[in-house]
Amino acid sequence: MLSHDVLIVGGGLAGLRAAVGLCDKYDVGLISKVYPIRSHSIAAQGGINAALANNPNAKDDTWEKHTFDTVKGSDYLADQDAAELMCQEAIKIVYEMEHWGCPFSRFPDGTIAQRPFGGAGYPRTCYSTDLTGHVLLNTLHERAVYKGVRVYPEWFVIALVNDGGQCHGVIAFDLKNGEVIPVRAKATLFATGGYGRVYFYSTNALINTGSGIGIAYKAGVPIKDMEFVQFHPTALIGTNILMTEACRGEGGYLTNKDGERFMKRYVPNAMELAPRDIVSRSIQTEIDEGRGLEHPLGKYINLDLRHLGAEKILAKLPGIRNICLDFIGIDPILEPIPIMPCQHYSMGGIDTNEKCATDVKGFYAAGECACVSVHGANRLGGNSLLETIVFGKLASFAIDEYLQSSEIRQDEGLLISKKGEIETKIHRLVNEGDEKPYTILADLRKTMSSLVGIFRKREELGQALEDIEAVKERYRRVHVSSSKLYMNHELLNAIELEYMLEVAHTIALGAYLREESRGAHFRRDFSTRNDAGWLKHTIAKMGPDGEPVISSKKVIITKYQPMERKY
Amino acid sequence: MITENYYTFKILRYDAKEPDVEPHFESYRIKVVSGLTVLMVLLRIQEEIDGTLSFRSSCRSAVCGSCAMVINGKIDLACRTQVATFGSNTIVLEPLPNFEIIKDLVVDMTPFWNMYEKIRPYLIRTSPDPEKEIQQSEEERSRIDQVVNCILCACCYGACPVLSRDPEYAGPAAIAKLERFVLDSRDERPASALDAVNNEKGVWGCDTILRCIDACPKDVRPTDSVVGLRKKLIKNRLFGKGIK
Repeated sequence: MLSHDVLIVGGGLAGLRAAVGLCDKYDVGLISKVYPIRSHSIAAQGGINAALANNPNAKDDTWEKHTFDTVKGSDYLADQDAAELMCQEAIKIVYEMEHWGCPFSRFPDGTIAQRPFGGAGYPRTCYSTDLTGHVLLNTLHERAVYKGVRVYPEWFVIALVNDGGQCHGVIAFDLKNGEVIPVRAKATLFATGGYGRVYFYSTNALINTGSGIGIAYKAGVPIKDMEFVQFHPTALIGTNILMTEACRGEGGYLTNKDGERFMKRYVPNAMELAPRDIVSRSIQTEIDEGRGLEHPLGKYINLDLRHLGAEKILAKLPGIRNICLDFIGIDPILEPIPIMPCQHYSMGGIDTNEKCATDVKGFYAAGECACVSVHGANRLGGNSLLETIVFGKLASFAIDEYLQSSEIRQDEGLLISKKGEIETKIHRLVNEGDEKPYTILADLRKTMSSLVGIFRKREELGQALEDIEAVKERYRRVHVSSSKLYMNHELLNAIELEYMLEVAHTIALGAYLREESRGAHFRRDFSTRNDAGWLKHTIAKMGPDGEPVISSKKVIITKYQPMERKY
Repeated sequence: MITENYYTFKILRYDAKEPDVEPHFESYRIKVVSGLTVLMVLLRIQEEIDGTLSFRSSCRSAVCGSCAMVINGKIDLACRTQVATFGSNTIVLEPLPNFEIIKDLVVDMTPFWNMYEKIRPYLIRTSPDPEKEIQQSEEERSRIDQVVNCILCACCYGACPVLSRDPEYAGPAAIAKLERFVLDSRDERPASALDAVNNEKGVWGCDTILRCIDACPKDVRPTDSVVGLRKKLIKNRLFGKGIK
């Protein structure tokens, strides 16, 4: 049995920031399904928000204004104390990342450059061309190398060990050697990312299965606001690769088949820089009403950058240009980019407070797998990188406090019996059943993309719940073809699938029950926001029969009273 | 219209835990749309035909660096290579050279990470941090534009002829990473920081035949970094002006 003071699961920005904050004082182990630099944080393009007030057009920007934009963007579902904390910390962590070597783009006066982003009253998105996630993850990875953080690369977590009130660690799986290994820890932090891959169309990396959230849920930890799923307005057609919001922040247009900048009919003031939920619905409406363009891979809308000119595109959006050239042979300097909306971000996740603590003592969550909630019903562009680093840092403080103040009881017996359970489960996967994991997953993904998408309604959501029930039943017969347990990706997929089914179930159920439209959750049959009935978080907790039990939690409001969300 | 064609994928199979079975090719015939990438086809083979096949992948958009391999003799990322690009319906896949194979297309990258860690790949400063950002001009920032793009995929490492005869050579990616920090106006590492590469295992070992530049999927030019660092070492030796 392995043992650490602190076990961190996930090597993206949140996990690495927490590890860097704790490793001088405690024995820290970091488990990552991929080598940490491969984590999905790397793919973030556009930037990270902080009210530095560097932009000549934003000299009076403040963290309070950043908070207001975040809360309004969230359609008032964000917990305002947490949003305030994040926006205050934003300034500190951007400078901290810069001091650690992050190569931000610069203004002529030598300060960190900032660009406009959707839903923000000021240009406050700090960036490094269109590779901001890449440079931030490299910087934190470099910091982790400097600090000598102990990493277990290509290890996967299969179960969380919770005695009903306290976490004792995890059951891990070493992919290279095919061994089940219990890991005892006084404190465990999940920084395992979002659940995009339960959808058929997603900008997310293949590793973003949401299994961390499913593992916590199956161990009895409450999860929150799962129905709030962000659809990014601009994903490259056919590939679902993200075309950053910075394309529009730098001045790009969205046009339909008539060449019309149609956003003027939906949000005439903000135009292309309205928040993502609104822009995605506008694009989908254009397509649904026959004003999209035709492509063998589907209907699309144009993201037109040509008027920005070659120089600006090469300087500010070089990564976007390369992706377009590599993947569909289009040069955005000469042609518009064919895009469509696509699943992009998970607002919901493991229910935590502003200290990243959950319902279970010693178990913490941070980053996209967590729901604090700072994003509420819709996240603003530039706030996800921010959340990962801020709450990675705050998790390190909270865990430090917990380890100092508590007498922590440890129970090896529980870990050993859980290990036995997992080994039995794996034995069953390779010896019994007849259905390949991918057939079940493919059906689940189709259900989620077609019935729990941008526009939702009761009958479709009801159908989705029935479909999910059916694929869950099929999962009982899932079979893995090779009994060699090492480097067995099919085994990994089969194990994760169980958790993906639970994640999808809670998304669809939350969406079915929430009879209003708020942020990214839009119900055709309840098309307005209903604060009297629904200004509350959805909490899902697994009941004794394995079915989700739904309750609600109050939204924390400090000084931003809910009002109509107009841009 | 979207056209579908049959492709034959010949994939090198090997399992380091069963060394008695020699590395060998297995063929998979699969019908795919020609716009599909090699990675998407690999995923379909693994899911639909052969669950025992091992390879790495994650972002599928050429930013995470997981899926470097040899594709019809050329080193590249499987995710950014379309099956239609070869004008042939047979595609041969082999693991990245200069590494030990763990299983099939998965190689043991430990030596690559060791070299990366050895060059101290992080900003080193002796001055106290200012309250706000460390000032850097646009021109100073632009000096590191190219080297910052490295995604540590190890395509260059696999392509390097020096590494194929000397596994102790630092390799292109580590040297480019070192130059990324040496060129950064905020970095204050002493000239002695280059001692580790001031030898035949470092910048003087490079054949300067540019294979790494050819192999890089992100237009990084490691050979330029080798040459740049050599110049700095010579200037420092002759004039004692440091490495900045």
